[in-house]
Amino acid sequence: MTGAPAADEREAVLEVQGVDVHLGNRQVLSDVSFTVGANDFTGLIGANGAGKTTLMRVILGLQPPSSGRVRISGREGRHRSTIGYVPQKFVFDPDMPLRARDLVALGIDAQRWGIALPSRSRRERVEAMLAAVNGLQFADTRIGRLSGGEQQRVLIAHALISEPTLLLLDEPLANLDPASTQEVVSLLAKIAAEQNIAVLISAHEMNPLLPVLDRIIYVAAGRAASGRTDEVVRADVLSKLYGDHVDVLHVHGRVLVVTGAGEGLDLHGHEGAITDGEVLR
Amino acid sequence: MSGFLSPVFEPGFFASAQVHVALEVGTVVALVAAAVGSFAVLRGQSFAGEALSDVGTAGGSGAFLVGVGPLWGFLVLGAAAACAMELIGVQRPRGRDLATGIVLGAGLGLAALFFSLVAEYRDTTGAPVTVLFGSLFTVSASLTPAIAALSVAGLALVLALYRPLLLSSASAELAAARGLPVRLIGVLYLVALVLAVALASLTIGTILSTGLLVGPAASAMRLTARPVRALLMAGLLGVAAVWLGVLLAYDSFYWPPVGHGWPVSFFVVALVMVFYLASGLPRALGARKRRRSAAGEAA
Amino acid sequence: MVNAWEVASIVAVVAGVVGFFTVLRGSAFVAHAVPNGSFAGAAGASLLGISTLFGLGVFSLVGALSIGVMGRRGRRDAVTALALVTMLGLGGLFLSFTTQYAAETYSLLFGEVLGVSTNELIPTAALAALCVVAVAVLYRRMMLSSVLTEVGEARGISAFGVELLFLAVVALASTMTVPVVGTLLIFSLMIGPPAAARSLVSRPAQAMWLSVALALLTVWTAIAASYATNYPVGFFVGTVSAALYAVGRGFAGWRSGGGLVSATTAAAGA
Repeated sequence: MTGAPAADEREAVLEVQGVDVHLGNRQVLSDVSFTVGANDFTGLIGANGAGKTTLMRVILGLQPPSSGRVRISGREGRHRSTIGYVPQKFVFDPDMPLRARDLVALGIDAQRWGIALPSRSRRERVEAMLAAVNGLQFADTRIGRLSGGEQQRVLIAHALISEPTLLLLDEPLANLDPASTQEVVSLLAKIAAEQNIAVLISAHEMNPLLPVLDRIIYVAAGRAASGRTDEVVRADVLSKLYGDHVDVLHVHGRVLVVTGAGEGLDLHGHEGAITDGEVLR
Repeated sequence: MSGFLSPVFEPGFFASAQVHVALEVGTVVALVAAAVGSFAVLRGQSFAGEALSDVGTAGGSGAFLVGVGPLWGFLVLGAAAACAMELIGVQRPRGRDLATGIVLGAGLGLAALFFSLVAEYRDTTGAPVTVLFGSLFTVSASLTPAIAALSVAGLALVLALYRPLLLSSASAELAAARGLPVRLIGVLYLVALVLAVALASLTIGTILSTGLLVGPAASAMRLTARPVRALLMAGLLGVAAVWLGVLLAYDSFYWPPVGHGWPVSFFVVALVMVFYLASGLPRALGARKRRRSAAGEAA
Repeated sequence: MVNAWEVASIVAVVAGVVGFFTVLRGSAFVAHAVPNGSFAGAAGASLLGISTLFGLGVFSLVGALSIGVMGRRGRRDAVTALALVTMLGLGGLFLSFTTQYAAETYSLLFGEVLGVSTNELIPTAALAALCVVAVAVLYRRMMLSSVLTEVGEARGISAFGVELLFLAVVALASTMTVPVVGTLLIFSLMIGPPAAARSLVSRPAQAMWLSVALALLTVWTAIAASYATNYPVGFFVGTVSAALYAVGRGFAGWRSGGGLVSATTAAAGA
């Protein structure tokens, strides 16, 4: 996995400039700008419905922005071969004749014509990738019969095997229990470091990611603020973003973002934490 | 050799020109149907296959009206129906189910109209039944080149599209994120489906062609987890169903009531159903064995 | 002619009611397969010289329930296709043993509603009443189980049980309708009007009534047009159903384009 150019560490893998998105009559994103540098581990944080998935789709070229531009590795347009993507929702039929290793192999050459000829190097490459996500033990199981966490690891392998420079993950932690969450986060951190790639991971809950994040893009009310975690997760920055008073509390090493404080506090949320811009009533 | 097999192969089986044509055409069509059908099952488009074949009924009867071969009728109306389904273009499975049903209903309505016109203007009362139930034994040898060419086209299309089609069938989202033209792949696949359904309709009849399309593929999927192997196995099962069906139908001339041959299409779909039921056995037996061993450990 | 109106109206009511759930459950294929396959029962019955209704009843029920049972372990659309072709294959076999098969096949598949006789009216009406009562009794369970399967299961409503009951209702509807109107007509009526109704209104009960009304409109138009032109009723039913669906889709598209809430999801959620 030495294919990734290790040229300038400051080189931007992804530049998003002034992106506006309208869906129907609704403005979902307005003037969103940020950059993701090579090898950055970036969190895309925001409440459900804040526009994270839309932003991912814009980056992937699946959703044309109303204005603004997206450059990938300095080039505009559709260069999606350099992006690996793990979608938020995936449902595979349990009886589909497609093993974990077949799905990973499709990550190499799904765009090619015809049936892949058996090849030892291809097979070894797939197995190495599955090993990297701790997935060798279920390589020969039908993808639809794996658990959600296992399927996710296979999808990560599928995304990584084409040696992208940027890995996009849409809410990979949303449906995982705390133990699996830890496992996936440390796995991603390990892979990002080993394979020299930039990771952009979206989440509505930032705490499990805080130990590994280099930078953060915080999305709220269709706008985004980006920077190092300590530059963004601050009461003044987030208050400006939300256009409302926001408190940022540090409790037992966890970060709680409390919004709508003027309307009275009611502490609920994930494990007693109020996070992610949920407006409380 | 022929002596001890004579209870299986009734006299004249190998000499009959009809049997030769039936076996040749049946083999080719079974292979195309299996390859295309594998993806129909994978993509949850069995209903679309069924709808296309029923729309083919209208095509076949319409062909009688204008006096061309039914194959061309199947192809023309099949293509029109595929376009209609694609234009309605609903992405959610339940919506797609409805869109297919509407096209199917309209197609069958057209078939009813054409049949009544055939009955009115042409003295071919048997024609509708031939279109509906078909028979490998009545396929004319002169059609073989056209069937072979269309089969090669259908098979080539599916095999050429194999990898993009497999990924977009497994997850359209993953395929789209890689920049694959998911919609175009879907349209090209529909073209292959129209070809396969037209060929199967010609050989075993419009209302039974779905059997050859879906049955072998669905059975193979239960027998193996490997995609390429499932494709090969579906082809094998399809060819086996056709060969055995032809043999049994030929033999049935000698069954009581003597002199009445049972329809070959009946045997083909019956065998396909038997294969499907049998393909569930390994897993059912495995589950029973596991239960028994678990009970043994507990005891 | 008067019989045709009466029978077709009864059929339309049943199709509107059963079709509402067919569309809600995404079971169009089953609604096609059960009536279509049950024609084999009629062919078999005429071969044996027994009641057509009995043959249809046995085949549609056995076919529907085997779809339900096989669908547990396999893909529902694939097993539906297989059950359908097996029944049709048997039908083809039975037909091959009879001599005057062509006309028979035609009327079973495409319907001869204009030739309905008075003595067919009473069993049809009785079975129709049974069908509507069954749906009325099962309404809430079927609603919950169709829309929120897991919630239904949690409340003790077995999804498999509801599926079997639904299939039995479809079988019942097929039995009563196939001999009088043919398989094509009942299928078109079970899909087009309910699908259109679902796009037009959001409340489930309203959608059900509207689907009955639209089904009635469809058959009346079709019979009148068929009477006037001498073309088959099935042709007009198929065409009018498709047209209704197109209108419904157009309306839903126009409304969601206008920024209002989509009706289809609301109908499912209520």
